[in-house]
Amino acid sequence: MSAPTTDTTRTAQPAGSSRAGMREHRLPKWAPAAVVGAALVVAVLLTLPFGAPVAGVAVLTAILAVGGIWLASRIVEGSRKATDRLVTALVTVAFLIAMVPLVSVVWTVVANGAARLDVQFFTHSMFRVVGEGGGALHALWGTVIVTGLATLISVPIGLLTAIYLVEYGRGRLARWITFLVDVMTGIPSIVAGLFIVAVFALLFRPGLQLGLMGGLALSVLMIPVVVRSCEEMLKLVPNELREASYALGVPKWRTIIKVVLRTAVGGIATGITLAVARVTGETAPLLLTVGLTAGLNFNPLEGKMATLPVYAYYQYTAPGVPPEFAIERAWTAVLLLIALVMGLNLLARVISRVFAPKAR
Amino acid sequence: MAKLIDVSDLNIYYGDFLAVEDVTMTIEPRAVTALIGPSGCGKSTFLRSLNRMHEVIPGARVEGKVVMDGQDLYGSDIDPVTVRRQIGMVFQRPNPFPTMSIYENVAAGIKLNAKRMKKSDLDELVERSLRGANLWNEVKDRLNRPGAGLSGGQQQRLCIARAIAIQPDVLLMDEPCSALDPISTLAVEDLIEQLKLEYTIVIVTHNMQQAARVSDKTAFFNLAAVGKPGKVVEIDDTATIFSNPSQKATEDYISGRFG
Ligand SMILES: Nc1ncnc2c1ncn2[C@@H]1O[C@H](COP(=O)(O)OP(=O)(O)OP(=O)(O)O)[C@@H](O)[C@H]1O
Ligand SMILES: [Mg+2]
Repeated sequence: MSAPTTDTTRTAQPAGSSRAGMREHRLPKWAPAAVVGAALVVAVLLTLPFGAPVAGVAVLTAILAVGGIWLASRIVEGSRKATDRLVTALVTVAFLIAMVPLVSVVWTVVANGAARLDVQFFTHSMFRVVGEGGGALHALWGTVIVTGLATLISVPIGLLTAIYLVEYGRGRLARWITFLVDVMTGIPSIVAGLFIVAVFALLFRPGLQLGLMGGLALSVLMIPVVVRSCEEMLKLVPNELREASYALGVPKWRTIIKVVLRTAVGGIATGITLAVARVTGETAPLLLTVGLTAGLNFNPLEGKMATLPVYAYYQYTAPGVPPEFAIERAWTAVLLLIALVMGLNLLARVISRVFAPKAR
Repeated sequence: MAKLIDVSDLNIYYGDFLAVEDVTMTIEPRAVTALIGPSGCGKSTFLRSLNRMHEVIPGARVEGKVVMDGQDLYGSDIDPVTVRRQIGMVFQRPNPFPTMSIYENVAAGIKLNAKRMKKSDLDELVERSLRGANLWNEVKDRLNRPGAGLSGGQQQRLCIARAIAIQPDVLLMDEPCSALDPISTLAVEDLIEQLKLEYTIVIVTHNMQQAARVSDKTAFFNLAAVGKPGKVVEIDDTATIFSNPSQKATEDYISGRFG
C-alpha cells in the first residue's frame, strides 16, 4: 500500500511545479463586460455635445471597447493573449453588425404589424372590404395551397433526381444533370414566373392566372434546392451501410429505400422544409402567375388566388384612400410571412433532432 | 449446410487494373480457411469476389469460375442477390445499421427483404443468432436499444449475429478482429471455432497467431511488386504452412523477415 503512495507523490511533484511555472496573469472574468461598460460611458460623454446619436455611440463604443480590451490584456496578460482577445472582440463585433439588419427588420415588422394582428385578420378576406377592417385569410390559404402544390411537385422530382445522381448516376448523363441543376439554381425567380406564363399562354391562352401556375413556377425554383440538399444528405450515408445491406442479400432498390433513405430521412426532411421556407416568400413569380383576388379561392385550377407576398405588395403599392388601413394590413401580412418562414426553420430543427440516429 | 467452394483461374479487376491473378483453390466445408499476406496483395478483393460483393464497386469485374454446389456463381443465369444470401459477410469495421435497434439489426436480413415471419419465430431466430454470436447474455435486457450504442467488440459480434441470422452456407470475414481488443478477439475466435461446425468459413487476417489458432487451411497471397497483381503463393494445411512451408517467400513472411 505504501508503494503507490510514494509513487503518486513523486509524480505529483513535477506536475505541481510545472503548473506553477505555467501560471499566468489573467484578466478577471468580468473584465470584458467592464471594458464595454466603460467604453459606453465614454462614448456617450464624448458624443453628448452632438446629442449622443445612437449610431455614433454604438460605433464609438465598439472601437473603444475593442481597443480597451486589447490594451488591458496586453498590459496584464502579455501579447499572445492580447491578440487572442483582439480577434475575439473583432469577431464579436462582426457578429453584432451581421445581426443589425435581422433585428432591425424583425423589430420594424413587429412594431408596425402588431396593430392589425387580430382575430379579424385571420377570419376575414378582403371580399367587399374598402378601407378599415378586412383580413388575409384568403392570402394565407393561397400561400398554403401554392407552396403546397410546389412541394408536391418538387419533392418527388427532386428526391428521385438526387437518388439517381448518388446511387445510379455515372458518366455523361449524370454530369449533364448536375450541370443543369446548377444552372437552374441560378435562375432569377422572375424568369421562372415568365417561363410558366409563356408555357400556359402557348398551351391555353395568354393572360391566364391560376394557383397551379404559381405552384409550377415555385417548383422551378424549388427543384434544384431539393436536389442539392437531398444529394448532400444521401452522400453522407456511409458506403459501409449499403455494403452491409447488399451482403445480407438485399437488392439495391430495397437497400436504397430501407437503408439509405431511412438513414438520411432526417436530413432530407430538414432540407425540404428549408426549401419550402425559401420559396414561401417569393413574390415576383406569383405576381405574374397567380395574381390577386379579394375573396377566398380554394381551387388552384380556376381563377386567380391571393398569396401573402402579393397581398402585402398590393396593399402597400395600391392602398386606396385613406391609405393607412391598407398599409397596416401590408405590415401584418409581412409579419405573418416572416413568422411562417421562422416557423418552418424551427420545424426543420425539430425534424432533424427527431430523426437523428441515437446511440443510447 | 456448409458447402465447398471451388475457385478456378480467377482474375479480378478494378477497371483495367488486374488486382488478383489466376487464383485456383478449393475451400473446404466445415473448416476455416485463412487468407494471409502483405497489405495490398488482394486478400479483401479475393474475399469479396466470392460472394459477388466485388462488382458493387463501379468498374470492378471478374474472370474465371467460382463453383459452389455445381453452379458457377458467375454464371449468366445467377442473381448476385441470391449468392449473397448463401454467402454471408462480416466486414473489417463493425457496421451495424445506426437507425435500427439491436433486435432490428439482427433481424435486418429478414426485415429488409420483407420476408414474412411470425413474431415468435423471429424472436427465436434473433435469440439463436445472438447466442450463436456469443452476445445474447450481454444484450438480452436491451434488445430495443440502438445497435450503435454497443462497444466496438459487441458491435462486431452483432454484425456476426446479423450475418448468421440469414443462415448462409458460407461466412466470409475480412479482418473481423482488427478493431477489437484482445478479449473481444478471443470471443470472436471462440465463436469461429463453434461456427465452423456448421459453416464454411473464410477469414482474412494479419495476425499470424490468429491464423495458426483458428484456421485449418491457410492461403498465402503475395505480389511480385507494387502495381503487379497479387497471387496465391501457397495453400496448404495450416500446420504445414506454419511449420514446413514449401515456398521460401511463405517462410520469410511468416517468420517476419518480410513485408
Ligand atoms: N475500390 C478499389 N478501386 C481500385 N483499386 C482497388 C480498390 N480496392 C482495392 N484496390 C487495389 O487492389 C489491390 C488489392 O487490394 P485489397 O484491398 O484487396 O488488398 P488487401 O490484401 O486486402 O490489403 P490489406 O491487408 O491492406 O487489407 C490494391 O492494389 C488496391 O490498391
Ligand atoms: Mg483488406
